[in-house]
Amino acid sequence: MSRLGRNIIGTVGVLAAYELVGRSGLVNPEFIPPPSVIGARLVELFNDRGFSLDVVQSVLAWAMALAIAVAIAVPVGIVFGSMPLVRSAFSAIVEFLRPIPSVALIPLAIVAIQTNPEMKISLAVFGAVWPILFNTMHAMGDIEPVQINTARAFNLGRVRTLTSVKLPSILPFVLTGIRISASIALILIISTEILAGGGTDSDELWERGGLGTFIALAGGGGARIDLVMAGTFTAGLIGVAINLIFVTIQRRWVNWSDGDRNQ
Amino acid sequence: MTSTVNRPVSKGRRAAEIGSRWLVLAVALLLWQLATEAAKNPFFPPPSEIGAAMVDLWLSGPPSQLFMTEKVAIDIVPSLLRLLGGWAAAGVIGVALGLVLGRSDKAYDYFSPTLNFLRSIPPPALIPVFLVLFPLGTPMQLATIIFGVIWPILLNTIDGAHTLDETVVDTTRSMRLSRPRFLITVVFPAALPKIFAGLRVSLSLALILMVISELTGGNSGIGDQMILAQRNFDMPEMWAGIVLLGILGYVLNALLLAVQNRVIGWHTRSKSLTGR
Repeated sequence: MSRLGRNIIGTVGVLAAYELVGRSGLVNPEFIPPPSVIGARLVELFNDRGFSLDVVQSVLAWAMALAIAVAIAVPVGIVFGSMPLVRSAFSAIVEFLRPIPSVALIPLAIVAIQTNPEMKISLAVFGAVWPILFNTMHAMGDIEPVQINTARAFNLGRVRTLTSVKLPSILPFVLTGIRISASIALILIISTEILAGGGTDSDELWERGGLGTFIALAGGGGARIDLVMAGTFTAGLIGVAINLIFVTIQRRWVNWSDGDRNQ
Repeated sequence: MTSTVNRPVSKGRRAAEIGSRWLVLAVALLLWQLATEAAKNPFFPPPSEIGAAMVDLWLSGPPSQLFMTEKVAIDIVPSLLRLLGGWAAAGVIGVALGLVLGRSDKAYDYFSPTLNFLRSIPPPALIPVFLVLFPLGTPMQLATIIFGVIWPILLNTIDGAHTLDETVVDTTRSMRLSRPRFLITVVFPAALPKIFAGLRVSLSLALILMVISELTGGNSGIGDQMILAQRNFDMPEMWAGIVLLGILGYVLNALLLAVQNRVIGWHTRSKSLTGR
């Protein structure tokens, strides 16, 4: 049997087993609804304008946060990474700042920033900056000296050396950093939405709370576990989509290196 | 998650490197102090105030208790137990499952789509689910940590067990080892470098999930202390929590690195000998 065949059979089997357990009365379906119920709820939710807006808002906030983090961390990483003294001083600071779990800043952001999309986007930016910065700085320090010397021998200017030697050489590691940051940014967006709540049931995209708030409200007020699970499943779909995007990018454009050295 | 390239460094240079590191930290602290004193922003108290709040909260007890206050038992100990307990449980389950799935291509093919989906769920999104399914407090927090951090360990173990050297497999086959013995004595040590990489990613994730789960539903722990401080608008006490979490993250990572060097030092050394 082919690998794909086994993939499909296995997935169908897991779902069927879950459905059977859910329907058998072994577990309370109020607590653990079977997949058919969650699926039906998902179809309803995707046709619901409010829920779609929540999802769009969370994804947009994630994309903006990641874009801002890249725009900050890559240039700073390149500049700081190309000066050895600054690099070693700065990496000491990064070493001390990086272990702070960025979710620890959520209570601070709730009181200090307050307004909604700004709060979660700035937290996600803070969390997402470090892996990109770290990877970019280290990749700049680890470029093969032979490559730089070759560029010098060919009399390439500083700009040409940067664009045609250094940038291609650090790209795989920068991408790995961005990939790690992408999942951190998603974690922070969803966590802030769950913890900060807020948002109204409005038709205005940015007045709503986002997917995390939807999940938290569904679980908090009426304990609608079917809605909670449908929302969590949607968050999983977003995670899968993000992963797929990065796997594709890495396969397509940096297939000469897996950028995995820093793992 | 990261390790810089291992090159042999002389002891003197190493000491100088470590020394300059702390010097940089001291300068950064000083700048932080001066900046916050100049800004006078209520949300950003100077580090001296944060330090005072930390001592006041956790280190102003009697000498008989090593100066630790009662609050250490309410704030820090439960957090640490949950963090380490959840992480260890995820480690045991993840490694055991990973060794089996990594050595059986068929079993892996059957379950990989499900595993990959579950791994892609941002773990905090599961907190509302666990809030309904488990009693508030430690059970729900442990469930969140275990479910959230098991994936890097599981997938790394699968990867490590899968890419076992074929010569090794053939050699052990000729020795007629039983399957459990084969997994424990041959596959497990060979997969250790990958397992450690997974454990490190999971440890920082466990810290994140510990904080979020304490911020959402709990009555003890560092996260709970931070929420209380936030409600009282006591910014230095809230920052005390942030700084403590940073120190915890740094120390735990350093400890794990030390263990890793002891256990799989052979691996990194052989790597630097072969140039990769």
